[in-house]
Amino acid sequence: MQVEVRGITKCFGAVRANDNISFTVPSSSIEGILGENGAGKSTLMKILSGFYSSDSGDIILDGEKVTIDDPADAIRQGIGMLHQDPLDFPPFKVIDDFILGKKGGLIPNRRAAIREFNELATRFDFSIDPESYVDTLTVGERQQLEILRLLWLGSRVLILDEPTTGISLPQKEKLFATLKKLASEGMTVLFVSHKLEDVEALCNRATVLRQGRLVGTVEPPFDTKVLVEMMFGKEIPQEPKTQLRMGTTVLHAKHVELEGIRIQIKNIDLRVRAGEVIGVAGMEGSGQILFLSACAGLAQPVKGSICLDEDEKDMTGKTYHEFRKKGVVYLPAARLEQALIPGLSLTEHFILSEGMKGLFIDRKKSEELAKSRISLFNIKGRPDSPVESLSGGNQQRALLALMRDPLKLILIEHPTRGLDVESTIYIWGKLKERCARGTAIVFISSDLHEILKYSDRVLVFFAGRVTPPLRASTLTVERLGRLIGGKDWDSIETEVSHA
Amino acid sequence: MNSSALVTSIAGVLAAAAPVLFAVIGETISERAGVLNLSMNGMILLSAMGSFAVALATNSVVLGFLAGAAIGALVSLVVTFASLTLLQSQVAVGFVLAQLCRDLSYFLGNPIMGKVGPRISQVPIPGLERIPVLGTILFRQDVMTYLSFILIVAAWFFIFRTRPGLTLRGVGERPAAAYIRGANVNRLRYLYAAIGGAIAGLAGPIYSLSIKAGWKGTISGLDGIGWIVLSITIFGGWKPFRAAFGAYLFAFLQWLGLVLQPSLPSVPSQVLQVAPFPLMILTLLFVNIGNAEWVDRSLARLPENVRRDIVRVLRAMNATPPAALGVPFEKE
Repeated sequence: MQVEVRGITKCFGAVRANDNISFTVPSSSIEGILGENGAGKSTLMKILSGFYSSDSGDIILDGEKVTIDDPADAIRQGIGMLHQDPLDFPPFKVIDDFILGKKGGLIPNRRAAIREFNELATRFDFSIDPESYVDTLTVGERQQLEILRLLWLGSRVLILDEPTTGISLPQKEKLFATLKKLASEGMTVLFVSHKLEDVEALCNRATVLRQGRLVGTVEPPFDTKVLVEMMFGKEIPQEPKTQLRMGTTVLHAKHVELEGIRIQIKNIDLRVRAGEVIGVAGMEGSGQILFLSACAGLAQPVKGSICLDEDEKDMTGKTYHEFRKKGVVYLPAARLEQALIPGLSLTEHFILSEGMKGLFIDRKKSEELAKSRISLFNIKGRPDSPVESLSGGNQQRALLALMRDPLKLILIEHPTRGLDVESTIYIWGKLKERCARGTAIVFISSDLHEILKYSDRVLVFFAGRVTPPLRASTLTVERLGRLIGGKDWDSIETEVSHA
Repeated sequence: MNSSALVTSIAGVLAAAAPVLFAVIGETISERAGVLNLSMNGMILLSAMGSFAVALATNSVVLGFLAGAAIGALVSLVVTFASLTLLQSQVAVGFVLAQLCRDLSYFLGNPIMGKVGPRISQVPIPGLERIPVLGTILFRQDVMTYLSFILIVAAWFFIFRTRPGLTLRGVGERPAAAYIRGANVNRLRYLYAAIGGAIAGLAGPIYSLSIKAGWKGTISGLDGIGWIVLSITIFGGWKPFRAAFGAYLFAFLQWLGLVLQPSLPSVPSQVLQVAPFPLMILTLLFVNIGNAEWVDRSLARLPENVRRDIVRVLRAMNATPPAALGVPFEKE
């Protein structure tokens, strides 16, 4: 289906989120919609999928002007949207999630629905058990479920909002293959992303937005430099990686064995030294978070021990509170849910984390503290801004600003997930500053480039197994990708035994 | 106690659980849609008084029951309106209504205090009632007790087997996801809050037109049941069969208190009267113990096979509430 938008404008208060945007996407093609955070991509896609109505402008499908009342109406007209965080029902069975929203009789024919689900899944080579529960699926599988559901409902336009965030490399490859197949069958795909490499690898064309305006449309072959300039107005230089020398032991995980809901991991041995950065790679849900939690006392190993410091004090079975006293912090990926307190301002966060003495709050002093941290960490926000009003990048900056100093060990999930290039570089700059002062970092990421770029050593998790720490300098994206997908593991074992 | 007395007692427990069951299933439906109706305690009193008044005036138990359902639906809609339309806290409005309805029932019920009115009686089912033991337990009850049996199965079937039931669960779990699937979230919430309120409202007339026939104001002995209903809804994990088990457990504990009283003369009677309440709390704690961090912590060091079994039992007992319970839904 051909999708055309003509003169779309949408304002939120004084902010022009979309300013007179027009473009046409022919059917059977994959269009990349590029732009940094806040460029207006999401707003435009929400207008197309019926979440918002535009202040002015038209949507034209196959040459016919349409009005879209709500998301369900968008699906009726053939526009399906895959949200960044799949809008599904985690505690439900896959098949129930699949059926919900499909019109029909009082009692749904589950057997027929399961058959149709399996047929669709086979067509795209997805393997999802319709009787399993949605919350046992990985983000990638939940996306697959949503795609199948939207196809089942008859979508002819598929909008994907940052779909490669939070999924593993093999899942990404599968997603791309699926989208290409769909496009070849006549589907129009709008692929929203701020990741250049994804757009370059997948799209037939790229449309770039900046500050609510359409900057231009680019045809392949794509020139990264041109795209970056269109997105940011200027190219951001990337700092070269500096080699750090190793210090004393900060953390020692000895023969650790862990058990999660659906996972068991044996024999993790890792010694982290001051100033070192350890990258933890693997398909989402392979136990990386469990391991990181165990290193902070948030999960309990069933065997083995977790020791801290040069004198290897055994901390197994101790609470996070006691780990914190030893200079360990844990930064979860769910910034707003687990790390910050929505409703409290930046100042109030600083008051809480600094543990100021006395019964009454020293307003003036705390506001000054907040102001100095805000400028030090380059946060776009005021002392009295509630944290939920900040963008993802600024929330992450705030989290870094909240961390005490000095620290021995920072454990961090997806430090730059969902952030634009500028914030990513900034966040890592700040983390590296800490490393230079002797803090060790262990981080989880599904971005292989990030793992290779910033880690000294890398752990790869796969199906209950963990590699010994591998030198990042000996790895490439391809090799890491293969390890995450469960390939080449034998060679590692021989490599290590010979070392 | 001889065996025939025991059988009669079991039949009595099933009948005594009927109003609690209606209230719990009603609340379960409402909460499944995301509407937390905390007014339950006052609402049961008001519907007990109101339905008795109507039955007395019209000499019709049917109209009495209809009045009970209408009062339940109405009170529930006040909570829903305050929450979904006025965006006020369901908890605050629910609490205030619980007090308001209770005092209103005492005040408005003054003129009918102690009067004798119509009531429903047992309707043995021909043939089935003659089955030994089971006949007495299940088939010599009144209409509402029979309906309470059907209600458990019907509610379960609706929630877990039908398309509207699936949407109902979706609306309470993740309204945004239900919305993109075409569900009119707020309209459905109004609808199920009203239906759930009406079903729960029947608890009142089951007391005032059957189990504790008549209206006796503050000595009706109904005050407090609504709070237990709310806790059984949680204990029941928003699932009809589990909720039914909770209702029967509560009725059984109350009966046990009455039976034990003569044989334990040294224990003040008040202790046995209130014993079911702390016992319900303990059961609740026990059922959801798997949520506690210290349990996780202490289980981690047990031998693997033992731990596996314990974890499986804890997980099966554990119940998670509808994720959007009490949270109003706003489109972006």
